[in-house]
Amino acid sequence: MMSFNFLIAVALGYVIVLFAVAFLAERRAIAGHSNWLQSPIIYTLSLSIYCTAWTFYGAVGYAARSGLEFVTIYIGPTLVMVGWWWVLRRLVRIGRAQRITSIADLVSSRFGKSTQLGIIVTLISVIAGTPYIALQLQSVTLSFAVFAQVEGVIWEQADFNRTAVWVAIGLAVFTVLFGTRNLDANERHHGIVMAIAVEAVVKLLALVAVGVFVVWGVAGGPAEMLDRIDASEIDLWDQNSGRWIGLIFLSAAAFLCLPRMFQVLVVENADERHLHIASWAFPLYLFLMSLFVVPIAVIGLDLLPAGSNPDLFVLTVPLNQGQGGLAVLSFLGGLSSATSMVIVATLALATMVSNHMVVPLWLRFQGSQQAIISGDVRHVILLSRRVSIAAILALGFLYYRTSGGGTALAAIGLISFTGAVQILPAMIGGIFWRGATGVGAAMGLITGLLIWLWSLFLPSFGTDAFISEAVMLNGPWGLSWLRPQALFGISDLDPLVHGILWSMLLNAGMFVLGSLVTFPAPLERLQGAQFVNVFDHSNAAPTWTAAAAGAEDLLIMAQRIMGSSEAQAVFEQEAKAQGKVGYLPEVTLEFIERLERELAGTVGAATAHAMIGQLIGGSSVSVEDLIAVADEAAQILEYSNRLEEKSNEQERTARALREANAKLTALSIQKDAFLSQISHELRTPMTSIRSFSDILREGGMTTKEQGRYAGIIHDEAVRLTRLLDDLLDLAVLENGQVVLHEQTGNLSDLLDRAVRASDAHDGALTIMRHRPDEDFALTADLDRLGQVFINLISNARKYCDADTPELTIKVRSSATGRFVDFIDNGSGIAPDNQALIFEKFSRLTDGSKAGGAGLGLAICREVMQRLGGDIAYLAGATGGAFRVTLPLAKNPIALEET
Amino acid sequence: MSRATPSQVFLHRANYRQRRLRDAAKLLPVVGILLWAIPLTWPAASENHQANIGSAGLLYVFGVWVLLIVLAAALTSRMRPNPETPQGEGAEKE
Repeated sequence: MMSFNFLIAVALGYVIVLFAVAFLAERRAIAGHSNWLQSPIIYTLSLSIYCTAWTFYGAVGYAARSGLEFVTIYIGPTLVMVGWWWVLRRLVRIGRAQRITSIADLVSSRFGKSTQLGIIVTLISVIAGTPYIALQLQSVTLSFAVFAQVEGVIWEQADFNRTAVWVAIGLAVFTVLFGTRNLDANERHHGIVMAIAVEAVVKLLALVAVGVFVVWGVAGGPAEMLDRIDASEIDLWDQNSGRWIGLIFLSAAAFLCLPRMFQVLVVENADERHLHIASWAFPLYLFLMSLFVVPIAVIGLDLLPAGSNPDLFVLTVPLNQGQGGLAVLSFLGGLSSATSMVIVATLALATMVSNHMVVPLWLRFQGSQQAIISGDVRHVILLSRRVSIAAILALGFLYYRTSGGGTALAAIGLISFTGAVQILPAMIGGIFWRGATGVGAAMGLITGLLIWLWSLFLPSFGTDAFISEAVMLNGPWGLSWLRPQALFGISDLDPLVHGILWSMLLNAGMFVLGSLVTFPAPLERLQGAQFVNVFDHSNAAPTWTAAAAGAEDLLIMAQRIMGSSEAQAVFEQEAKAQGKVGYLPEVTLEFIERLERELAGTVGAATAHAMIGQLIGGSSVSVEDLIAVADEAAQILEYSNRLEEKSNEQERTARALREANAKLTALSIQKDAFLSQISHELRTPMTSIRSFSDILREGGMTTKEQGRYAGIIHDEAVRLTRLLDDLLDLAVLENGQVVLHEQTGNLSDLLDRAVRASDAHDGALTIMRHRPDEDFALTADLDRLGQVFINLISNARKYCDADTPELTIKVRSSATGRFVDFIDNGSGIAPDNQALIFEKFSRLTDGSKAGGAGLGLAICREVMQRLGGDIAYLAGATGGAFRVTLPLAKNPIALEET
Repeated sequence: MSRATPSQVFLHRANYRQRRLRDAAKLLPVVGILLWAIPLTWPAASENHQANIGSAGLLYVFGVWVLLIVLAAALTSRMRPNPETPQGEGAEKE
C-alpha cells in the first residue's frame, strides 16, 4: 500500500508536468510552431472536457444504480458530433466570422449586440455552472479521502474543506496563468488546450486500464464478463422511457450550450475541417470512456462490501485488488477530469462575466467621454478577468461548503445541465431563424431560468432549504398548479424530466411568441441576416451610418484595448490598403466595421459596439438607412452597368486610336522613306549636271565634245524637270487640290490619243484592240484619264519582256461598271510585288533602264481615285495586266474644296 | 462566386457524389436517433431479473455506437477537405 504522502507527491508532480506542458505549448505557439498544436487530434481531445470527474467516477455509480441509463449522457454528444453538418458547422463558421468569444457573446451579438442579453446568458451560465464546479471539487477531495482511508484515516469535514480550498487555489493559479495571458479570446489558449489534451489522454488511459483489469484480470475475459453482467443485481434496463429520451436530449443540448463546451468547440476551433475528424473521433472517445463502465460497476458490486459508494468504484476496485499503481493512475484520471473541466469552465465563465458584466458597467461608470482618454485599459480587462476567475472558483467552493458536499451535490449534475440548456432555444433560433428577436430571446431565457430555478434548482438543496415542504406539496399560497415538481398539475413525471419538459417548452414558446409579436431593431436584423446566411458570402451592410470620429481617437481607443502594437498594426494595414502612408487611415464605414470586429474579439460584440458608438456619436444604423442602403445598392448596380457600357465604348475608342496610331506610324515611316528616295532621285541627275558643267567651264575641248556634254546636261535637266513635275502632280493629287475639267468624249478616241502619245506606234509594241467595244461616250476629266492610259501603255512598252511584245486593250461593260483592261504578254509581276507597285518610287527593276522615278502608277491610282474610278493589278491574267475601272458618269468626285 | 443557379440541374459526377455524401452526413444523426430509440420498446425490469434484457441490451447500445462511428468516419473521409460550399448551400438557404 502506498502512503498518502506519496499520493500527494504524485498529484503535485502531475500538476507540475501539466504546467510544463502548457508552458511549452505556449512557447511553441509564440515561436510560430503551432502547426500540430492545431491538429484535429488536439481539437478532438480538447472536447473531452465534456467528460468531467462527475462522469469519470459518477458514471460507474450511475450504472450501478440505474443500469444503462448512464449511457444517455454520452449518446447525446455523439449524436451532435455525428450530425455536425447541421449545427456545429454553422456555429463554428459564425464564431469565426463574427469573432465570437463566448456563448453569451453569440447570443448578444446575434440579437443586435445587446448588453442585456449578454448579462442574462452570463447569469444563467454562472448559476448553472457553479454547482458543477463544486461537484468537481467534491470528487477530487473524495478521491483523496479514499486514499487517506486506506491509511486508516477517516476524513472529517474540515479535511475535505481544506483540500477543496487548495485544489481551488491551484486551479485558479493555473487558469489565470494560462488563460489570461493574452487578451484576445480569439487568439487561442494553446497552453490550456494542450494541457487539456494531455489530461484527456490520461483519463481515457486510466479508465480503459481499470476496465481492462476488471474484464481480463478479475472476470477472466469478455464472455465471462457478460455472464457476470447478466447474473448481476443491476437492472440494465430499469427506467421509464421519458428519462431515456429526455436525458439524450438534455446531454445533446448541454453539449452545445455549456459555456466550457462552447469554448472548446467554437472559440478554440482553429480550422473548420477539424470537425471532419472530430465528428467520428470524439464519439469514439466517448465510446471508449463508457465501454467499461458497466463491467466496473458489476465487479465493484460483487467484490466490495455492501454499502460502499459506487461512485468511487473506479478507485476502490483496484485498491481492493491490491493494484496500488492502477489506483493511482485512476486517481490521476479523475484529477485530470476535474481539473480540465474546471479550468475551461472557469475561463469561459470569467470571459463572459468580464466582457458582459464588468466591462460594460465599468464603461458606464467611467462616463461617456472616457473612451477617448488615453491610457491602457487592457489591464482593467485582464484584471477583471482574473478577479472573475478567482470569484467563480470561490463561488464553487462556497457552494461546495454550504451544500455540505454530500449526496445532494451528486444529483446536481443533471440539474446543472438543465440550467445551461435554457440557452438552446435562443441560440438555435438565432442561427436558423431570421425572425428571432432580442425581446423574444430575453423572454424565453428569463422564463426558462425562472422555471428551472423553481422546479429543479431550488428544490435540489433539499426540502426546507429554500422551499418549504408545504410549498412542495401544496404550491405557494396554496396554488397547487405551481407546485415545483408538478407544474400545471402534471404530477406523475420524474422530477428531472418534468423540469426539462416545462422549462424547455415554455422557454421556446415564449421565445417564438416574443419574436413573432415584436419588431427587431435594425442592427438586430442586420446581425440576424449575417448569422442565418453565414454561408452566403454576402457582404454585410454597414452597421454605422456616419463616420464622425477622427482616426486618431479611434486609434487611442483601440490601443487601450488591443495594446498599442496590435492596434497600430491594424491601423497601418488599413492605411496601406487605402494607399496612404503612416498609421492613420481614412475613417471609412468599412474600417469602423473591421475595427469593431477586432475589438469584439477582445471584449465581446456588445462592448465593442458600445465603445465605437461612444466615439462616433451613437449614429447607429436605422431602418431608413437600411432602405437607403438597399436603394443605394440598386443605384450602384445601375451605375456599374453604365460604367461597363462606358468602358466598352472606351475600349472601342482605344482600339480605333491604336489603329490610327499604327497608320500614322506607318505613314511616318513612308514619309521618311519617301524623303530619302526623293533626295536620291534628285541627287543623281544633279550630280551629272554639276560634273559636266564643271568640265564645260574648264574648256579646252572640241565642239563635238561640248555639244555632247551640253546634251547630257540637257537630258538630265529634262529628267529632273519631269521628276519634279511628277512630284508636284502627285502632291496636288494627294492633297485633293486638283481641279478636274469635265468633258465628254469617246473612249475610242481617247485610247487613240493615248497610244499616239505613248510612242507605242513605232512598232516595238503591238497593240490589239476591239474597237466596237470602245465606242461609247464618256464624261470625265479626259485629259487626266488619258494620262493614266498613256502611263499604262508606256509601262507595257518599257517593261514587257516578251520577244514580240503585245498589249491587249479590252473594254468590258457589266452591271457594276465599265472596265478597261491592259494585258501584255510578258511575265507579269510577281505576287509579292503586286501590292507594292502602286506605291511611290516602287520601281521593280533597274530605274535607269526605265528612265522614270517610279511615280507613274502612284499618280495613276491617285488620278483614278479622284475621278471616282479605280485602277488595280489584275492577277491571274496571261501577263502583266491592269484593270482601270472607269468612273460612272453621274458621280465624278470633285474635291476642289477639300 | 459560383453560386448555384436554379437552372443548374446537372452536376459533374464528382460534385454529385459530394452532395449525396453531405445528404448522408445529414441523415446520420437521424439514423442514430432511430436506432437508439429502439430500447424504448424493451420490456422494463420486473421483480425477478429474468425478464430483463441483460447484456444483450448492452451489446446493442454499444453496437449502434460502433456503427455510427464507422459510418461517420467513412463519410467524412470521402468528403473533399474543402467542399465547394457555395454550391452545396444552394439547397439549404432560406
